[in-house]
Parts: sequence; structure tokens; C-alpha cells
Amino acid sequence: MTTTVTTPGGTAGPRAARPAPSAPALLRARRWLGRNALRIYGALAFAYLFTPIAYITVFSFNDGGRSNLVWRGFTLKNWANPCGAPEVCSAVGNSLKIGITATFIATVLGTMVAFALGRHRFRGRTATNLVLFLPMATPEVVLAASLLTLFLQLAPIGIQLGVTTIVIAHVMFCLSFVVVTVKARIAGLDPRLEQAAADLYATEWQAFRRITLPLVAPGIAGGALLAFSLSFDDFIITNFVSGNVNTFPKFVYVSAQRGIPAQAYVIGAFMFFLALTIVLVADIVRRRRAPK
Amino acid sequence: MADDTGGDLHLRDVTKSFGTFTAVDDLTLTIPQGSFFALLGPSGCGKTTTLRMIAGLEEPTVGSITLGERDITHAKPYKRPVNTVFQNYALFPHLDIYENVAFGLRRRRAKDVDKQVMEALALVELPHLARRKPGQLSGGQQQRIALARAVVNRPQVLLLDEPLGALDLKLRRQMQIELKRIQTEVGLTFVHVTHDQEEAMTMADTVAVMNNGRIEQMGAPSELYEAPSTTFVANFLGQSNLVTGRRIAADTETVTVLCHGQTLHVPVSRCGTEDVDVLLGVRPEKIHLGGEAQEVAAGLNSFAGGIVSDASFMGVSTQYLVRLPWGQDLTVFAQNRGIGEQYPVGSRVTLSWEPAHTFALAGDATAGVESDLAVPVG
Repeated sequence: MTTTVTTPGGTAGPRAARPAPSAPALLRARRWLGRNALRIYGALAFAYLFTPIAYITVFSFNDGGRSNLVWRGFTLKNWANPCGAPEVCSAVGNSLKIGITATFIATVLGTMVAFALGRHRFRGRTATNLVLFLPMATPEVVLAASLLTLFLQLAPIGIQLGVTTIVIAHVMFCLSFVVVTVKARIAGLDPRLEQAAADLYATEWQAFRRITLPLVAPGIAGGALLAFSLSFDDFIITNFVSGNVNTFPKFVYVSAQRGIPAQAYVIGAFMFFLALTIVLVADIVRRRRAPK
Repeated sequence: MADDTGGDLHLRDVTKSFGTFTAVDDLTLTIPQGSFFALLGPSGCGKTTTLRMIAGLEEPTVGSITLGERDITHAKPYKRPVNTVFQNYALFPHLDIYENVAFGLRRRRAKDVDKQVMEALALVELPHLARRKPGQLSGGQQQRIALARAVVNRPQVLLLDEPLGALDLKLRRQMQIELKRIQTEVGLTFVHVTHDQEEAMTMADTVAVMNNGRIEQMGAPSELYEAPSTTFVANFLGQSNLVTGRRIAADTETVTVLCHGQTLHVPVSRCGTEDVDVLLGVRPEKIHLGGEAQEVAAGLNSFAGGIVSDASFMGVSTQYLVRLPWGQDLTVFAQNRGIGEQYPVGSRVTLSWEPAHTFALAGDATAGVESDLAVPVG
């Protein structure tokens, strides 16, 4: 009995012991890579995207003094006193004021243009569609230079370079983005809904107010957010047409030559987390409203 | 709106053109108050355009539309006591079911909105869905809500634009019965647009068959079926066997027609043409199949020498195709009552039927024939 057991064991033994340990190890490594390649790639992509933001966040806590380039230790004093550096807060204030004004004007105008283009057939509609894309396609620096020339011509009638000229310029380049965003939403809207509203005793205004506007609202909100971030962020055009008015991007650019104060990092990080919070809250609200 | 006891819907000489295309051509129509009226026709026949003109979503190019005493030809849609159940339902996606149904009431500042909405939802048996959004409902449920949203306003006329088109067959049958029940319950005038002849026949009191922007024939479903006045109606409503023939004699009661050597009779009242060349028609279920040697009773119309070229067993009946000596196939439906004989393919048979079931028409034998149901004419 023992012999019958050992015989097969004896024949199997040398086969298993045959020296090829590197082959299964390689195979295992390949299999592991196959399973995890997507995860690794994803992690790398996110790292690439978020390293600058992480850097800004970390360095907003740096006790760096005037030049915030080398890590000198953790502090909360930048966050406690974001207006600590000269002109930071007045620049941010200007940027917010310009951003809100330009966004409001661009959103109202853009929504109206989008409705005209999306709902009506008129002469020059195709041309209008095309012309609206031009500001997006034109190099910003070219636009900036031509705007500056234009505004300098307007000086004799009392328009000085400053907040007004910046707002005019920002409305100009935000408009196309609002139109495109809102128009997409209108295109996806079933025209029969308005007919159904009219059939159910709603006047034109009531149908617009109760049905069309609420359904297009996400598009308008999206367009407005896009416009605001474009305006708040803009440096090139602003730098040309701002005269001596300071905005946040301009402040950062100018101070970069002497060393950016940590307060700029604080404001950058704050804006990022504010945006992140808005997105998260919106998502939670949406999920709550969605079907169970 | 239910309290103005306000009468019939009249369309007078209504024409609607889109550029050079005439969708509705000189249409005159009276729809009595409280009736269930069906506009039946193939797609593109102008039935939906007619409905949209009644709703106020299109303006007639020529003609007038009156509701009772009131001319509504050019009235805005929101100023008409008319509501529509749209083909795709057109429920407002951002409002819940309750607010969808309440929409019309709120626009007219009605009192007791809550009571009326819940009543309308109870009518369609979906009160438990009041707080859902349209996107959370099945097609059949959305269909009922669209109906409730229109009915709750108690319009004088309720328009239904292919409301059952998107539902599957079983649900459609169920909703047909439901719609009929609701119409009887609320007593409104229903104008139902459909391309489904069975739907129109089962539900409507009066059916108007439309083709190319005109009404071909209008009447009770049984009347249209038993005595079609055009070949389009004969073929669009059910199936017909149409055989060419020549009128050879006529007295006060009967017209005699010679069809491929066979003398046949049609009651004068069922002869829709004065022409010499006629199309003689008979419905497939009216024909009796007999063996070759079988004697045909005196006074019946008959064709001898047929050969069964196809026999499909369909449960309650068997559908035969019988090839006649001149090469034309006639369709025959034989009830499976277990008393008649079954005829396998290749059998020689004689076809016979009552002259009273025969009708005679002028015109094109293939008008209104749908797809593979076509009866080829030899």
C-alpha cells in the first residue's frame, strides 16, 4: 500500500521541483498589472491634475514671509488674515465686482440670444451662429490689443480705462459661452411642452415662466458659472484694458516677479474649495430629489 | 367650463396648407356634443392637422371652426374650452403628477384645486402617484396622467392625438376600454385621432375615414364596415375582396353585374356607382366555402372553380386564399365551429355569399390597402 502511494508521489516530485520559478512569478506580475493597470493609470492622471492644487493648498499654510517659494513651517496666520498682504483684498474685491457684473449682463443677453437662435428662423441666423463663435476662436492677445485700441479711441467721450472697460470686454468674451450653453439646453427642450401649457390655459408669458424657464434654468446657471469663472480668471484682456485698476489675476502676475505672498495661495485655495463645496452640495440635492 | 352647455363642434370648409402642400382640403364636419368621434386615416392624411386646428395650435388657411355658437377659428389655444392628450403625453418633467394635473386649474384660478385634482387622479386610478415625477412613471401610467390632466378641466371637447400609439398591444386594449369608460362617465365630446382601424371601430360612435386631407366616408363603425362607399374605406377598414365586373342590368331593387363570366347581384342601396365598370366587393367572413360538387342555393352569388392556394389556421377561424380561374386570390375567413369541412391546400371549392353582403364601388381596387394584406387583382 505504501509503495502504491509513494510511486505517484515520486513521479510528481521531480516535475514540481523542476527549476522554473521565474516563469510563474513573471506571469503573476503580468496578471497583477493586467488587473490594476487602469487603476494605476487613473491614479497617475489624477495626481497630474491635482498636484498644483495640492501645492497651493499646502503652501497657503506656509510661514513663508514675502516670498512663498520654500517651505518654512506650518502656520494658520495666512488663513486668519487673508488681507494681510497689501492690495490682495482690494484686487479680489475688484475681481468679484467685475465678475458678478459681467456675468449678470452676459447671462441676460446670452439667454436672450440663445432663445432667438433656438426658437426662431430668421434671416442671418446661420451667420449669427457663426459670428458668435469668433470671440472663442480669436487669440485672446489679439482681442486684447484691439480692445485697447478701441477704448483709447473712446477716451474723448469720457470712457476711461478701468472697471467699465474691463466689464465691457468681459461681457464680450463671456457672451458666446453663455449662448452656446443655453442654446444646447433649449435644443433639448420638447416644443410640445409649451404647446401643452398653452392648451392648458397658460398665456405665452405663463408658459414661459412656468414651463420653459424652469426647464432651461440649469443651462442658464451653467452658462453663468462658466461666465463668472472666465471673468474672474481672465488676465490677458484685463491687463490690456484695466488702466490702473487691479484685479486678482493681475495682482498675482505682478507680484510673481517679487514673490507671491501666501495670501494669494489662501485665496486660490479658498476659491477652489468653495467651488468644490458648491458642486458637492448640488450633487447631494440632486440625489435627494432623484427617484428612490 | 362644464356649465356652458355649449353644443356641437363645426368645421366649415376648412383648408390648411403648408406652402404648396395641402394637409387638410376643404373639410366640413360636425361633431355632436357628447359623442366619441374618431378621425381615422393613414399617416399624413391630415387627421393630426385637423386636431391641431381644433386645439388652436394651427390656424386654418381657409374656413371656420365653431363650438356651439362661438367662432374659435382664430382664438388662442389658451382661450378655448378644448384640451388635448398629446401623442407623447407632453407631461411637464419638472412638475410632479399633482402639479401637472393642477396646471390647467391653477391657470384659470379654479377653486377646490385639491379636490378636483384628486378626483381626476381617482378617475384614472392613480391617486397614489400624486407626488411622483413623470419620469418615474411607466408609459401606461403617463398616458393616464395625460388624460387626467386634460379631463380635470372639464373641457367641452377633449382631443386625443394617437394617445395609445406608444403602448404595447395588451395595455392598448386595456386603455381602450378605460377611455371608453371615462368618456361615458364624464360625458365630454371626445375627438380621437388614430391610424388603428380596430381602435377606432371599438371605441367611437362615429368614425370619419380621412385620406389625402379629405373625408372619404363618415358614419357608425358597422355602417362603414358593412357598406363602404369607396375602395379606400373598403380596404383600410378590415379586408375586402374586390372583383372587377360590368353592369349589365338594373331594376328598382337589384343591379346585375357580370364578373368574369359569372352573373352576380347587388342591392341597389349597396351600389355606390353609376358607372358601367364596377368593383364588386365582399368581406372575407361573409363568404361560404363549399366543395366542388356542392349545390349552391338559388339566389346566392357564387364563384365556382376555385382552388385553395393557402390555408392558415388561426384558432377561432381559418384563413383561406382561394385562387379563381382568372388568377385572382380571394380571402375567405371560415369560423372553426367544428361543423364545416376543412379544405386542405389544393382542394377545389365553390365560393358563395348573400347578395345583401355584396357592395359595388367605382375606382382603384388597391386604394387604402395596407402592406401585405393587399388583395391582388387579376
